[in-house]
Amino acid sequence: MSQTPTNEHTETFRQSSERRMRLNMGPQHPSTHGVLQIVLDLEGEVVMRCDPVPGYLHRGTEKLAEERYYNQIVPLTDRLDYVSAFNNNVAFVLPVEKLLGIEIPERAMWIRVILMELQRIASHLIWYGTSLMDLGAITAFLYAMREREKILDIFEMACGARLTYSYCRVGGLMSDVPAGFEEKVEEFVKAFPTAWKEYTTLVSKNPIFMDRTKGVGVITAEDAIDMGLTGPSLRGSGVDWDLRKKEPYYGYDKIDFAVPVGTKGDCYDRYLCRMEEMMQSNRIVEQALKFLKPGPVKVDDPKIVLPPKELAMSQAEAMQRHFYQVIHGFNVPVGETYGKIEGSKGEIGFYIISDGSSHPYRMKIRAPSFVNLQSLPLMTEGRMVADVITCIGTIDIVLGEVDR
Amino acid sequence: MPIQESLQVVVKKLQDKFGDSILSTQEFRDEVTVRFKPEVWVEAHRFLKEDEDCAFNMMIDETAADYPLRTERFDVITHLLSLGKAHRIRIKTQTAEHIPTLYSVWKTANWLERETYDLFGIIFDGHPDLRRILLTEDWEGFPLRKDYPIEGYDI
Repeated sequence: MSQTPTNEHTETFRQSSERRMRLNMGPQHPSTHGVLQIVLDLEGEVVMRCDPVPGYLHRGTEKLAEERYYNQIVPLTDRLDYVSAFNNNVAFVLPVEKLLGIEIPERAMWIRVILMELQRIASHLIWYGTSLMDLGAITAFLYAMREREKILDIFEMACGARLTYSYCRVGGLMSDVPAGFEEKVEEFVKAFPTAWKEYTTLVSKNPIFMDRTKGVGVITAEDAIDMGLTGPSLRGSGVDWDLRKKEPYYGYDKIDFAVPVGTKGDCYDRYLCRMEEMMQSNRIVEQALKFLKPGPVKVDDPKIVLPPKELAMSQAEAMQRHFYQVIHGFNVPVGETYGKIEGSKGEIGFYIISDGSSHPYRMKIRAPSFVNLQSLPLMTEGRMVADVITCIGTIDIVLGEVDR
Repeated sequence: MPIQESLQVVVKKLQDKFGDSILSTQEFRDEVTVRFKPEVWVEAHRFLKEDEDCAFNMMIDETAADYPLRTERFDVITHLLSLGKAHRIRIKTQTAEHIPTLYSVWKTANWLERETYDLFGIIFDGHPDLRRILLTEDWEGFPLRKDYPIEGYDI
């Protein structure tokens, strides 16, 4: 990387009178939430220039997707934003289902809603724990992991995995949730508000925390829109925009919840937005449970969905279909579409161009972390080095998604 | 299903304003795609942003797609969103290599164009800082081009 100080650069620095120093923060810095390098030009402790250098985790997901069948791409999406893998799964299958022109069954839809919102809570808990640990509040991390563990248990119950689920399939879900799932979610929903109170009393009015975050990393509403920020980063700046409300999908219009919006656009407002969002997600899960009725979790279309195992092992036709699906995948009509959901970091979208074959001609991932990270120089230039860490924390980036 | 009324107004306004510079207008699965001639690329986006019926104040995405058999092999694609009117549109154009930057219209174009340059090799004229972003600076080739093998080259 050319940003690494060369001998030439150090020489210029030694000779220059302005005493500007170039500091490489990362890619192995603990508070960059992964492998992010930030090149900082400092004068004393003031950041004069900030240049994030992402890309250390680039795996070419978009290129790989061009050679895989649609259902084979689901596991790739898990590894984008790995702390909210389920949201990525849904965001990917959504445009494919739209291209195919299929509607998933009611039950699959509500299970997706429940799991997406639980995932949002889990993702925000990771953010809560890690961003506060960067500021020196280690206890918060331990508290957050406790509740997240319960959510991961629910996911393990539903699909067997705790981090990379691959639970979504085009046309529904891998399988139905087991018996006892609803009770377990209900138990979590009842217990969560008490735990949430502990989080806020621990941190929200803490004077050290307020000093570190109030008035830090301010981004105005105009700048936020101009920079393309989405999710809590946009709402923290006072823009009331939530896809679940404004462009409802999956029956979110039947659910009563509020969208927290900040006023000043500083780190503290973004913190408050995310905290409140957890409670609202909890409310959504509570209501979505009431809509959950028994029924199928896959569309009834043998061209898209694998036949049940019992049939594949006993009937010749089902077995042929099984083989054909596994070897060839399924064709998707020619066309292009963009599917998006309100992910935990912001608007996560998949733009798919199909040429009528069984794999996408082009797949573009609109990653909220990547776009949101772009606002880091705007937030930090002219401020102290320590504020850089606070800002990275409240933008809430996951490098798997930034680098793709 | 017909497209949103506010979008119908947008499409009509675009046709009045740009006329022959629009190569095609497509409606598919409630989404509208308008293909412009590359000459009006920036002008069209500025119009879409500033006109009060269009009011596309946010650029959601800018990317490209490669069709190696065409002479102008790349499609440059943007997704725009209006926060006030809650409608979206997709804008396209084609180019062989060069296209003017949209940085003067939306700041977010900065990294999105850097990424497109990085992976496709499309040069955005007038971009303030056109460097590679995801790959290292000494990387050879542009991976998302169709003639770049999926397993890569030996290094």
